[in-house]
Amino acid sequence: MEQPEQDVVEQTVSANLPRLETRVQPPSTVPGNTIFEVRNVSIWYGSFKAVTDVSLPIYENEVTAFIGSSGSGKSTVLRAFNRMNDLVPGARVDGEMTYRGADLYARGVSATAVRRRIGMVFQKPNPFPKSIYDNVAYGPRINGIRGKAQLDEIVEKSLRGAALWDEVKNRLKQSGLALSGGQAQRLCIARTIAVEPDVVLMDEPASALDPIATLAVEDLIRELKQNYTIVIVTHNMQQATRVSDRTAFFSVLTDSKNDTRTGILVEHGSTQKIFEDPQDSRTQAYVTGRIG
Amino acid sequence: MAVTTDPGVVDLRDPSGWRQAKNRLAVGAMWFAFICLVVPLGFVLVGVIVKGASKIDWSFLTSSTIPPPTLPPLLAKIEGTGGIGAAIVGTLEITAFASVIAIPLGILGAVYLNEYGGNRPLARLLSFLSDVMTGVPSIVMGLFIFTVWVIPHGLTGLSGMAGSFALACLMLPIVIRSSYEMLRLVPDSLRQGSYALGASKARVTLTVVLPAAAGGIVSGALLAVARAAGETAPLLFTIGVVTATNGNLFSGPNTALSTLIFSEVLQPYPNAVAFGWGAALTLIAIAFILMIAARLVTARFQRYSR
Repeated sequence: MEQPEQDVVEQTVSANLPRLETRVQPPSTVPGNTIFEVRNVSIWYGSFKAVTDVSLPIYENEVTAFIGSSGSGKSTVLRAFNRMNDLVPGARVDGEMTYRGADLYARGVSATAVRRRIGMVFQKPNPFPKSIYDNVAYGPRINGIRGKAQLDEIVEKSLRGAALWDEVKNRLKQSGLALSGGQAQRLCIARTIAVEPDVVLMDEPASALDPIATLAVEDLIRELKQNYTIVIVTHNMQQATRVSDRTAFFSVLTDSKNDTRTGILVEHGSTQKIFEDPQDSRTQAYVTGRIG
Repeated sequence: MAVTTDPGVVDLRDPSGWRQAKNRLAVGAMWFAFICLVVPLGFVLVGVIVKGASKIDWSFLTSSTIPPPTLPPLLAKIEGTGGIGAAIVGTLEITAFASVIAIPLGILGAVYLNEYGGNRPLARLLSFLSDVMTGVPSIVMGLFIFTVWVIPHGLTGLSGMAGSFALACLMLPIVIRSSYEMLRLVPDSLRQGSYALGASKARVTLTVVLPAAAGGIVSGALLAVARAAGETAPLLFTIGVVTATNGNLFSGPNTALSTLIFSEVLQPYPNAVAFGWGAALTLIAIAFILMIAARLVTARFQRYSR
């Protein structure tokens, strides 16, 4: 798989630290519109405070990567964007989270309306036990689209958009579960973009895939950026440098006195800045591989 | 690193001794249990076939008049006439109506328990009651319907419909339990995938959860139907006795294969007993057909689950 030519910046953070070779994307130009504004958000699961006081903006038509160790709350914040945390009993969001200026957690905001604009791809590919066609047509159908010709068109367009069309065009009636892991994940991406969302959230979309399938999904993410805003959680720092424009680094804050742990946002900025010139020593330690 | 006597070859054979003996013992125990299970079943099946097969012919299955039990030497002419058509029709219509009541209610109940109820007191109570109902002897279901339906309606209370009510009471907890277990098996990741596309809870349940569980739910329901078709006790006080086909489920006494077997084999006349064996074989055949249907339907619903 040929990667698009990029400025390859080889860098070392410090002569004494292990070298980390990264292909950092060129610094993005002036950010576009702000899609999400997160202000002083804390998220609770019952009495457990999973994330404390997170503030950051997400910009339009960019890929924002959330990196950090397990338990640092990056998935929790991601799931707050389309209110998937609502499905967890006892989950609660404090602070302000706006989407294009509208408060996501205001009274009267419908979680289903939010999710129709803000789609999500999960860590483990989760195609429905239906045919490939029905998997992709599922979202449009629940939005009331019934016409066969129209659905055919959406299915083809979405599968092409997810770079899967050529592999499955002759077996659309086959089960979505018969696909390989990488294909299944691209099917899930096709299913997500079939409803033409504004934002696509991805929760470690490639962590269950082999390296080849991972590259295919990463290529896809870079392409989807043209039309969508993407927020991706990843444990793979090379992946963050390969696909993202901006990076937010989360960490775990342990309070040994009360024996509590909570996730915090340590630093966010352009991916190049986070990986080449982090301001915080914890970020530096993490991106150079000393911890995490 | 383990030190081996022969440095060139690693010994990959199973170490003999206690471990192998345990293995043989366990396998032997399983075979013993299997044989203990199969032998009685085989005896039942062979016994019913041997004693019932000679009775089975077209007129036996279709003749709508059940003959009175007779001693062959006295009324030899009657022997060979009549059949169990009335009972087959009765069993089919009573069981079908019971299914119409119990299967939708049971599936809806299971959907409530697994998708909506959560840990609510009502859900816990329903789950507990349905478990208790599973353990209630079937004759109690018959008595229950006898008390609340048949007695208040007097002589007209005895009908196929009353029998259906009793069978439905019997089937309901089975359907609830089997559907609930199937719904529980549907992975949460499918529900989340559907929610993430903006589906409402009802949509998620109708378009993802129920189709994913459909195979298991249908086969569970058909097993409940097969079980109900063979039940005798709930029908004893509820459908009455009749010797001719009663196609009207809702009025007049009716008859069923299971109650027919019960009454025939209690007679002292060999002819009646043979009649009962024939009916028993027919009932087993009906249950067998339902099982095969369950398998076929399950396969049909699971064609997309790989």
